[in-house]
Amino acid sequence: MGVQREHWPLMSAADVGDARRAVHATARACGFRTADAVRLATAASELARNALVHGGGGRMTLSQIDDGRGIRLEFRDDGPGIDDIERALVDGFSSAGGLGHGLGGARRLVHDFEIESRAAGGTRVVVTRWRR
Amino acid sequence: MTRRIPILEIDGALLVTVQVDLDDHLAVQLEEDLGDALARSGARGIVIDISGLELVDTFLSRILAQIASMSRVLGAESVLVGMRPAVAMTLVELGMTLDGVATALDIDRGLGILRTRLERST
Amino acid sequence: MIAQLIGENVEALLDNWLEAAARLSRARPELATERRQQARVFLEQLGHSLDDDTRPEDVRSAPWSGVRETLDAIVDSHLDEGMAPAQIAFFVLSIKRPLHRLILERGGDTEKQLKALWRIDLIVDRLGLYTAEVQIRRKEQVIARQQEEILELSSPVVQLWDGVLAVPLIGTLDSYRTQQVTETILEAVVSTRSEQVILDITGVPAVDTQVAHHLLKTVAALRLMGAEAIVSGIRPQIAQTMVHLGVDLGQVVTKARLADALKLAFRRNGLLVSAGAGR
Repeated sequence: MGVQREHWPLMSAADVGDARRAVHATARACGFRTADAVRLATAASELARNALVHGGGGRMTLSQIDDGRGIRLEFRDDGPGIDDIERALVDGFSSAGGLGHGLGGARRLVHDFEIESRAAGGTRVVVTRWRR
Repeated sequence: MTRRIPILEIDGALLVTVQVDLDDHLAVQLEEDLGDALARSGARGIVIDISGLELVDTFLSRILAQIASMSRVLGAESVLVGMRPAVAMTLVELGMTLDGVATALDIDRGLGILRTRLERST
Repeated sequence: MIAQLIGENVEALLDNWLEAAARLSRARPELATERRQQARVFLEQLGHSLDDDTRPEDVRSAPWSGVRETLDAIVDSHLDEGMAPAQIAFFVLSIKRPLHRLILERGGDTEKQLKALWRIDLIVDRLGLYTAEVQIRRKEQVIARQQEEILELSSPVVQLWDGVLAVPLIGTLDSYRTQQVTETILEAVVSTRSEQVILDITGVPAVDTQVAHHLLKTVAALRLMGAEAIVSGIRPQIAQTMVHLGVDLGQVVTKARLADALKLAFRRNGLLVSAGAGR
């Protein structure tokens, strides 16, 4: 009953793959519809890569909440942080030369999205998706 | 990286069937390998079958778009086939509509598209 | 104490109660036995809960859970019979008078009687309210189920020909519904191996920017899978509104009639429609 937590390191491209596969498997095990499990796992992939590429590595905490009715993912890194969060959430913005659909796109794939970044460094993103 | 996605050659076309979740390194490796294979074999087309893929995120979809552009530059056609419904919906929600990439339902139809396009261009 | 009193007089109480209830609406004869059995269980549990002093007035507390469950069943069987909400509440409230009479006849001294009467009044009133809540909950469940059914009914994916699907879209396309419908269409594309998909919007009352946005997303997802979409059923008024609102369907192929869309789908699949030799 209650909350189940797992921690995943995000220190390499292979870690990002492991993390998103874990999210997909957990979502399916919790009874998420196929498309919803894919949405959440894809959002996880974007956020995990952000933590790796922009944050220089970090970790993901995967929690089942409300007895598996929802899944919450927390991504933390100790990188330089994001100067302008509003801008970072707009499609097409990227500080690393990509096309920048990652952060804003991930937000559209989940039900709740919180981001917190300090100028001193470190970004924390928490997303939740509920089973329908 | 020692792991690689195999590239087959059929009727003058390159066929790639992706059956494992592609991490970023493997995806970049595939793009390079396809470029080399096109140059080496003189193949005029590429079919990439992603029916085995459960997830395609923005990074991988960008690689797929780059493979299409690269093959055009090298004088070849490419077709992406077998995308799963959940993947298609998610990519649209991410804003990745892959406008420059030709698509087909399965490998057969992908090869069919290659054939008609190549006939038209010769 | 009350439990014992009820237990000793249960048949007489049931006679009086069910007779009073039958004055308002008579249960179908085949249900009378079941109704009496439910009522008996209810009375026994009511007696025990009235005697339990841990939570004397709170019918939502644990000592009352048996009473509540039996009431749930009573409400369900009344609803199945098609009874009105007021009739169901009346059925529960009409136990008061038989209980009053019993207390006045056998309930000991006056002080005891008054106490018992007061408690029964309070508790039965609260149970009456509880049945109203149960009914509302049941109705909400029915509405939720119907909404699901409407969702399924309103987007049947029809295979018109080998490789040609048609989806008549009906009603307002909000984002949740469109997601469900899109999912159904894309799954059908895979299972029928269809390359041509006709989205018919004859049944969509208005195409504003939001509806257009949903349509474009569905079309884009179809293209990613290797299928082609044709939007049909754009009535002249709708076309006018779209122009007026500046709604743009971009590259999407549109046709006024489903028939025109089907003709195009045939042509794309390399099929020719011609009159038979018998003509």
